[in-house]
Amino acid sequence: MEEGNKRRLAVRKTFKLYIGGAFPRSESGRTYQVLDAHGGFIANVAKASRKDARDAVLSARTGHRSWSAATAYNRGQVLYRVAEMMEGRRAQFAAEVARAEGCGTTDAERITDAAIDRWVWYAGWADKLAQVIGTANPVAGPFFNFSVPEPTGVVVLVAPDDSSLLGLVSTIAPAIVSGNACVAIASQTRPIPAVTLAEVLATSDLPAGVVNILTGDPAEMMPSLAAHGDVNALDLAGIGDVELAARLERDAAGTVKRVRRPQPDANWYRTPSLAAMSDLLEIKTVWHPQGI
Amino acid sequence: MTDEPSGFPYAPAPESTAIVNISSSYGIFIDGAFVEPADAPRFKTINPATEEVLSEVCQAGAPEVAAAVAAARRAHDEVWSAMSGAERGKYVYRLARLLQERARELAVLESMDNGKPIRESRDVDLPLAAAHFFYHAGWADKLDHAGLGRDPRSLGVAAQIIPWNFPLLMLAWKVAPALATGNTVVLKPAETTPLTALAFAELCQQADLPPGVVNIVTGDGRTGQLLAECEGVDKVAFTGSTEVGKQIQRSLAGTRRRLTLELGGKAANIIFDDAPLDEAVEGIVNGIYFNQGHVCCAGSRLLVQESIVEDLLVRLRRRLQTLRVGDPLDKNTDVGAINSAAQLERIVALAESGDAEGAQRWSAPCTLPDRGFWFPPTIFTSVSTAHRIAREEIFGPVLSVLTFRTPDEAVEKANNTPYGLSAGIWTEKGSRILWMASRLRAGVVWANTFNQFDPASPFGGYGESGFGREGGRAGLAAYLQEASS
Repeated sequence: MEEGNKRRLAVRKTFKLYIGGAFPRSESGRTYQVLDAHGGFIANVAKASRKDARDAVLSARTGHRSWSAATAYNRGQVLYRVAEMMEGRRAQFAAEVARAEGCGTTDAERITDAAIDRWVWYAGWADKLAQVIGTANPVAGPFFNFSVPEPTGVVVLVAPDDSSLLGLVSTIAPAIVSGNACVAIASQTRPIPAVTLAEVLATSDLPAGVVNILTGDPAEMMPSLAAHGDVNALDLAGIGDVELAARLERDAAGTVKRVRRPQPDANWYRTPSLAAMSDLLEIKTVWHPQGI
Repeated sequence: MTDEPSGFPYAPAPESTAIVNISSSYGIFIDGAFVEPADAPRFKTINPATEEVLSEVCQAGAPEVAAAVAAARRAHDEVWSAMSGAERGKYVYRLARLLQERARELAVLESMDNGKPIRESRDVDLPLAAAHFFYHAGWADKLDHAGLGRDPRSLGVAAQIIPWNFPLLMLAWKVAPALATGNTVVLKPAETTPLTALAFAELCQQADLPPGVVNIVTGDGRTGQLLAECEGVDKVAFTGSTEVGKQIQRSLAGTRRRLTLELGGKAANIIFDDAPLDEAVEGIVNGIYFNQGHVCCAGSRLLVQESIVEDLLVRLRRRLQTLRVGDPLDKNTDVGAINSAAQLERIVALAESGDAEGAQRWSAPCTLPDRGFWFPPTIFTSVSTAHRIAREEIFGPVLSVLTFRTPDEAVEKANNTPYGLSAGIWTEKGSRILWMASRLRAGVVWANTFNQFDPASPFGGYGESGFGREGGRAGLAAYLQEASS
């Protein structure tokens, strides 16, 4: 960067984790090198440990309590706020996506715009899910019988490895729009846009702990998370290794977790299906008496 | 108020078994016909109230399961999924009508094979089973409105494994939505209660249902495992214990086969101090002693607000003394036989753990028959949340009583379980009902009632009580996929 004749040395960022609304280093002190699409050095990124992952689950449980108690209108506004914050950093995201994914500026901007618009799309769902998924049930008796969707709780998701921003947003947003909290493991090879997204989330009025983002090796962290007693659901979008996916699904059975496993060839541009949200919802049916 | 039983004498009022015609042995139902597998071992199914042998059925093995799945596959690909929804729906309507027409016969058969009171099989199991077929029949040509986009597709062959507590009703919960959505099924009834499922096979014949659309294989858990793990199956639907549900989820890991699980429960039935106590007592009785407590959503943990616990317990004990335990076929019977010797053993063992851990047992005084499997309606007081009888599913007529002081404490105690199938709330305050309902981690919440079911009302659990819903529009998703996916 030059100004006049003076060269100015850029201030580099330390890439850290995002847990409970704070940006800690890994408790293990570990980092790993992240390279760009051409093999050039980008940064040393925090390499989360299993302990970090457990801390993240704890934060997510706390975040879930306040987030699921928030009104749907409020959640929708917060998700929209995320889009607003991303828009302000559009150029930064596009540059990071271009560098991470090795695509041209036009493609990177298209990806960034789709990611921002995805937040807007999901923001609108917050106060419509119950109307679209919920039902009033005409039972044969003197009851007002209704079914409403509720968040399943804490979701651990592995973001897709290739689609470092759009895939990540398309995995986090459907989890949290309904009131779930999540621990997201970013693309291992392309984590930079995820760390920037964490900075966006931290300034979007999202309660601490609703989204926690870890960088590191999913294969290291996921086995203990799949078996974790306080995790309600898994989204294995970024687990390409079929053996590992099967092992995680087996481990998840120990606590009857809900497991979502999108097809590996997912087209992240496509308008998502309702299943992205409904797979992480419970349906609660209430029988309320009628009488005088 | 007195602790004395009312002592009203009743004359026996047995339902006739002449209406039921049980074969001495049954084959398995594949491709529209009963077949007798040459090498399959046979086992007996008994009447748990008398220990008399009712019939002999097959222990289906791998060849039989494979043949059933192949028949279901052919029927799905060539006939059932290609048929218009309207025509498919008419077959399902036929099954609903056949169940209604033969309701009395099937109710008697159910009570004989299962041990449940005829009052319940006649007034609950059979009407609800028919209602499930009637409700789902109407969906068959309206699947565009199921919430899964236009033209949602059937999944293919559904493997359905059902428990012994509501044999025909659980069959209806599984088969009706599967057929209405264009799937074909291979159903395995529980080994202690196969007879109404085999009678249902005959109904399929009477309905002229295309061969292979419904296949029924009998056997124990080994047959269930073969079926759940069979490669030709596209979807597994299981109702039963959490332990077996976990095994099935484990065995399907990595297969991308669809799975729904309806598993165990340890429901809290919460009584506030403003509840109408006599109605609440009826609800508590219905919650835990209905079907001998063999109900996954049974209200097995009674949470009572501390200020009314003594009054409530006096009324409850008094009511329990009027319950008539005995011959399931007697129309006056309230509590029938425990379904099997093995289940009775589990109930006895868990009740003994209650004694050993310091809880106080009280059982309704009643004379139990000499033969068959019986357990008296029982209440445990001085129960702590750490006791096994407060944590584990007993699946019998055993109630554990705990207390609370504030609504928050009630919520906390109710949710303090890995299960999350159902809950009950008793209060006169409507706002408190909805406040509680929104905080309870349970798939079904009954307010001032308990153990109500309806085909239009989605049923299913949170947490280790399983996933997926049965009934209502939500239940259709378990058997459909979006056209584009």
